[in-house]
Amino acid sequence: MALLDIKNLSVEFGSSAHPFRAVSDVSLSVDAGEIVGIVGESGSGKSVTMLALMGLIDAPGRVTADALTFDGKDLLGMKARDKRKIVGRDISMIFQDALTSLNPAYTVGFQLAETLRQHTGLRGDALKKRALELLELVEIPDAKSRLSAYPHQLSGGMSQRVMIAMAIACNPRFLIADEPTTALDVTVQAQIMELLVSLQKSQGMGLILITHDLAVVSEVAQRVVVMYAGEVVEQSPIPTIFDTPRHPYTQALLSSIPEHSKGAARLNTLPGVVPGQFDRPTGCLLSPRCPYVQDRCRAEHPPLAPAHNALARCFFALDDAGKPVYG
Amino acid sequence: MVNQNANPHQTAETTAPVLIARELSRHYHVSRGFLRGQATVKALNSVSFELAPHRTLAVVGESGCGKSTLARQLTMVETPTSGSLNIAGIEVATASKAALRELRPRVQMVFQNPYASLNPRKKVGTQLAEPLLLNTHLSPAEREAKVRDMMQRVGLRPEHYHRYPHMFSGGQRQRIAVARAMMLNPQILVADEPTSALDVSIQAQILNLFMDLQAEFGTAYVFVSHNLSVVEHMADDVMVMYFGSTVEYGPNDAIMNNPLHPYTRALMQATPVIRAADRKARVKLQGELPSPMNPPSGCSFHTRCPYAQAQCKAEVPALRPFAGRMIACHRVEEVAAGTAVPNA
Repeated sequence: MALLDIKNLSVEFGSSAHPFRAVSDVSLSVDAGEIVGIVGESGSGKSVTMLALMGLIDAPGRVTADALTFDGKDLLGMKARDKRKIVGRDISMIFQDALTSLNPAYTVGFQLAETLRQHTGLRGDALKKRALELLELVEIPDAKSRLSAYPHQLSGGMSQRVMIAMAIACNPRFLIADEPTTALDVTVQAQIMELLVSLQKSQGMGLILITHDLAVVSEVAQRVVVMYAGEVVEQSPIPTIFDTPRHPYTQALLSSIPEHSKGAARLNTLPGVVPGQFDRPTGCLLSPRCPYVQDRCRAEHPPLAPAHNALARCFFALDDAGKPVYG
Repeated sequence: MVNQNANPHQTAETTAPVLIARELSRHYHVSRGFLRGQATVKALNSVSFELAPHRTLAVVGESGCGKSTLARQLTMVETPTSGSLNIAGIEVATASKAALRELRPRVQMVFQNPYASLNPRKKVGTQLAEPLLLNTHLSPAEREAKVRDMMQRVGLRPEHYHRYPHMFSGGQRQRIAVARAMMLNPQILVADEPTSALDVSIQAQILNLFMDLQAEFGTAYVFVSHNLSVVEHMADDVMVMYFGSTVEYGPNDAIMNNPLHPYTRALMQATPVIRAADRKARVKLQGELPSPMNPPSGCSFHTRCPYAQAQCKAEVPALRPFAGRMIACHRVEEVAAGTAVPNA
């Protein structure tokens, strides 16, 4: 049985008369020890999905789901008190921008200890010892003196290491990393990703990696979920998705990376932008931008259906040659 | 001249450089703290390069390497501490005020974040007309015609003329920023990470736009970026910077296909790639950029370099020609031959 199981999770904002569905019927399951990448452009709903899982969507946002289970326990029907014991301890999250996620008014040591005090029985010297242990675990040089440092005294890479230390403080079984390296330089990104994956392996955690960078996902994840305008459009194992994308959006995303069109003068592009609140098309959400669009795509909304060895939300999922299969 | 990438050397031989920098340096004096005196931060250290019309120079490096300081010198926002900067045949350091005023419109800039670089209280049409208002004597009708013409070239629709920046997506805003920079038909365009705030599919649109405009107007680009796949796609020449100095500078294919400086190699190895076959063995770079207040002795990269030796700690390596490029590394011969052994 999967460690985390999400069935038809939706998140709505706005009034009930004119709701805006930021996330629509997302289903996802992740096993212990597995790394799943969620990829999509800004506004695709990847972060909101995870915030909803963590219970971080405030009113007037509305979260609905058929099932939301973690380790067999139903998170939906659970009392807030009980949920707090799981979220933050067993399920933990690393946010995108470490420099703004840390509290500038408290020392690193205090913020680390705060998490531990909340979720573990540690007090006093044991608390300090564990905080130091965590900083050493995330390979912060001169960890002892860093305990009394304030966030502004740390570099971007160092702050992200502190964020990771906080996230793994209570030995979580499940970790959500929301663009953990986007704000960092590439050499530091490589260090942080290596650290994250080695921690994930040694602790046997389930890991969801949210990113817009397909290359990062391709290096570490076993499975990737592609989101577009609040929906899952494709779910596929790695590396097959990079050789044979089944959804036209995945294909377009891949071909717009400069790496893909080496030697060519122009880059392939997908015209237009992700639809917003007021310009959601009827039928398939990609239909106004899709190069293979048919009349049926404009009229009907396609379901997420098996296509070869993947799942794709397309009536005419692409074949191995990257061409749509009509009929 | 439609396809620059197909034949990047054609114009270089026939056109004189529009931008020549010789040993350009910019040092800042900063306080170390109360009663501790001043420190000198060498943000830009003796950087030299040339750039001809129709050509793109990519400046690559991590945060703190001096890319943005370089951009500030090129756009004449700041005065270099030493060295010479020659733009369109005019020596900036000795030019008269009138000459400088005439020179400034010829160098334009596109900034990283289109959410911050546009004035939220001015309509697109007004913002685009502003450079013309300040620098030309065109009538309002002529200005509007020019603005509308440029809007069409960068892929904005005529009805966007009367809209405010908040009504646009990130990609559209960057188009507006590019249009504004191109209004005065500059000879040099400095683009500081112009696509790093954008999604990949939008990034592709904007990069195409940059290439189209260069083919049409022959603008010389200084393209500051940390994204190597973008650089490889856009650049004719690549300059890799580390800690304020050039470590490797040369033609795009030479550097991308055969990087020789240990830092360039580390950058490329650290860049994630999709195809497993393209993946290079990763030499893990230790630590982060040293503090500019307390720079390392000798080669500034020696604290993180896998090949560092006693000489690297003592002597600053000179930038010298090697294998079709300029490179600053004491041990480049051994690195190139593959005989350099990484330190344990």
